[in-house]
Amino acid sequence: MAKIIIDGHEIEIPDSERLNGIEAARRVGIEIPHYCWHPGLSVVGSCRMCLVEVGTRDAKTGNISMMPKLAPACNTMMTDGTVLVTNSEKVQQARAMVEENLLLSHPIDCPICDKAGECSLQDYHFQYGQDERRADVRPFTSRRRDLGDRVALFVDRCIKCTRCVRFVREVAGTAELMVSQRGAHEEIAVMPDFPLNNNLSGNVVDLCPVGALGDKDFLYRQRVWFMRTHPGVCTGCATGCSIRVEENQDRIYRIKPRENLLVNKWWICNEGRYGYPHVHSDRRLLGARRRDGQSAVELDWATVPGELRERLGKAGRLAAVLSPHLTVEEAYLLCQLVRQYDPRALLVLGPVPKVGEDERFPGGFTISAEKCPNRLGVEAIVAHHTGRVPTWDELISELGRGEIRGVWVSGGYKTDWIAETKAKKFEDLELLVVQDLFPSPLSQRATYVLPGAAFAEREGSYVNRADRLQTAAWAIRPPGGVRVEGSLYWELLGREGLYDARTVLSEVAGEILYFQVAAREIPETGIDLKANMLAR
Amino acid sequence: MKPDDARIRWIEEPKLGATGKMYLPLFFQGIVTTIRHLLGPKLTVYSPEQRHEIPDPLIYRGVHRLNRDEQGRVKCVACFLCATACPAHCIDIIGAESPWPDREKYPESFTIDELRCIFCGMCEEACPVNAIELTSLYDLSGKSREEMVFDKEKLLSVYDRTKDAEPMAKAAAPLPPQSGETP
Repeated sequence: MAKIIIDGHEIEIPDSERLNGIEAARRVGIEIPHYCWHPGLSVVGSCRMCLVEVGTRDAKTGNISMMPKLAPACNTMMTDGTVLVTNSEKVQQARAMVEENLLLSHPIDCPICDKAGECSLQDYHFQYGQDERRADVRPFTSRRRDLGDRVALFVDRCIKCTRCVRFVREVAGTAELMVSQRGAHEEIAVMPDFPLNNNLSGNVVDLCPVGALGDKDFLYRQRVWFMRTHPGVCTGCATGCSIRVEENQDRIYRIKPRENLLVNKWWICNEGRYGYPHVHSDRRLLGARRRDGQSAVELDWATVPGELRERLGKAGRLAAVLSPHLTVEEAYLLCQLVRQYDPRALLVLGPVPKVGEDERFPGGFTISAEKCPNRLGVEAIVAHHTGRVPTWDELISELGRGEIRGVWVSGGYKTDWIAETKAKKFEDLELLVVQDLFPSPLSQRATYVLPGAAFAEREGSYVNRADRLQTAAWAIRPPGGVRVEGSLYWELLGREGLYDARTVLSEVAGEILYFQVAAREIPETGIDLKANMLAR
Repeated sequence: MKPDDARIRWIEEPKLGATGKMYLPLFFQGIVTTIRHLLGPKLTVYSPEQRHEIPDPLIYRGVHRLNRDEQGRVKCVACFLCATACPAHCIDIIGAESPWPDREKYPESFTIDELRCIFCGMCEEACPVNAIELTSLYDLSGKSREEMVFDKEKLLSVYDRTKDAEPMAKAAAPLPPQSGETP
């Protein structure tokens, strides 16, 4: 147990933890400003913004002796008797000097800088800087260079904290970035012919404390203060990273990682970060449709539940395809729905898209080959209802036998997922309901086409490949003519009021052993279903 | 400047005296003002045959204009500060990478809904490059709501119409890049 004193607050740090000054100060609610330090990267102590007064307290006499010079808090490990002073005149002067020095070579083009509003340089200058600029430097326009396909460098805005350089060396392991020149001429650069194009490159933009690294996807499109942030879960692969969806008036502008030490730490891959444009695609299915012979009839959503109930009741033997893109709650409701009309209905797990192999990075980050968010969750739901997990291929062969007369297919895939030859097997059915994002060979053959919601429009939980259940709230409203899967199932089952994922999850937790711990409140970092099963 | 800055002088409102509390002297003062205006010169103008005379067109808050720089390009850098400051949310900008080598960002589209605008002049105050200004044109009219949503071209044409009578305010424009590199 280490006893330390920060600005007069005494705190105790258990021996199992090794904290530096910045982390320890956070425990007592004191923010020590810093640029170059990041919890996920090595410590260099080069920005000098976190300089504080450091001293020690003699354990026997209780006398405190301070060091004459300031020391960086990021590089000062907390041991028994450490004393930090973070708000003295001396410390404040040092911070003001660092700020002044940084601004000597900074263009101060905040009005056209995309970082403005979430920039550490702006925030710290307002808090710790001087009001007046003593140097005779007029604002100028920064030079711009491309570092890779996704990232642009604004050379003069850079404060040389080298977070990006350390990231590509330590976490991505690709080491494209370097510091060229020395001293006041330092610049971040890439080797010729080795552009920054690794699959984690987008993270350097988040790491940059100033506006030096710009995301080309987001550049100039929106000011940060106009956007609202919604915590969510990435549905790009089975890793299930915690993300923030940033949106303005129901349009997603960017996706950022959300800190979750148990899943993705501080990072997300480019696939997840730039995997949102399909949400706003023109190709999306809009408006419910019924096929009568060759012609399609546009339906009013109000009449759809009644019609579907009637047709499901008449169809005979039923089957349902549960896409691994469904949330746990939606999968459960769909099983309930189909089983209500045919207690022997065949429930199968939809096709699980797999691309290549898992991509592992030295920093511990893994991009899964399995490009769907919830295979384990849907499998558990299906296994609960049927005792095993029938596959997609099983349904196809079952269809050939001709016993099954009605099929409900849930899709939600970003890319084409079904080939013409497979879709042909669904031709002679009494009833084929297809709920999907985009038109497919299957939706052309469907009796009912019901447009489904994209990931940011849904509410519910996903189980990632490590059995961690995470919940996401909806971030944007679906476009007109789309009904979110969960709310449609809810209505078809004749439940009262509006769809509420939490209510359904509590039911699932009560009924299925695998989900039992989900009865508790789910923390932001999710809950481990497997560990809790073992602990029982 | 922070609220606890030593250079800020905080002033209190003066307390009401005995005459102020009595109300009657002030009432008569008001009556006198009313009568003076009744007998004084008439200010009413038979608009639109007669035009209002605007004492200082440079500080009048009428229709907006988008200024041009020396090369005739739109001066705006699409920083969205006017849209941020606007209390009526009537400014809609789409920013994009500028087609010119010496500039980084420019407004691909810039529209002001003049029907929503409350002519408060906050956009003018917020602008860091003096690109948006309010002119002394006050009698704007249109046949439809759509016509009253002014786009970039129309706002620039207001500048062309008014630039001689109302010269644009001077402001230090950002310097070009330090080296010859493209920004």
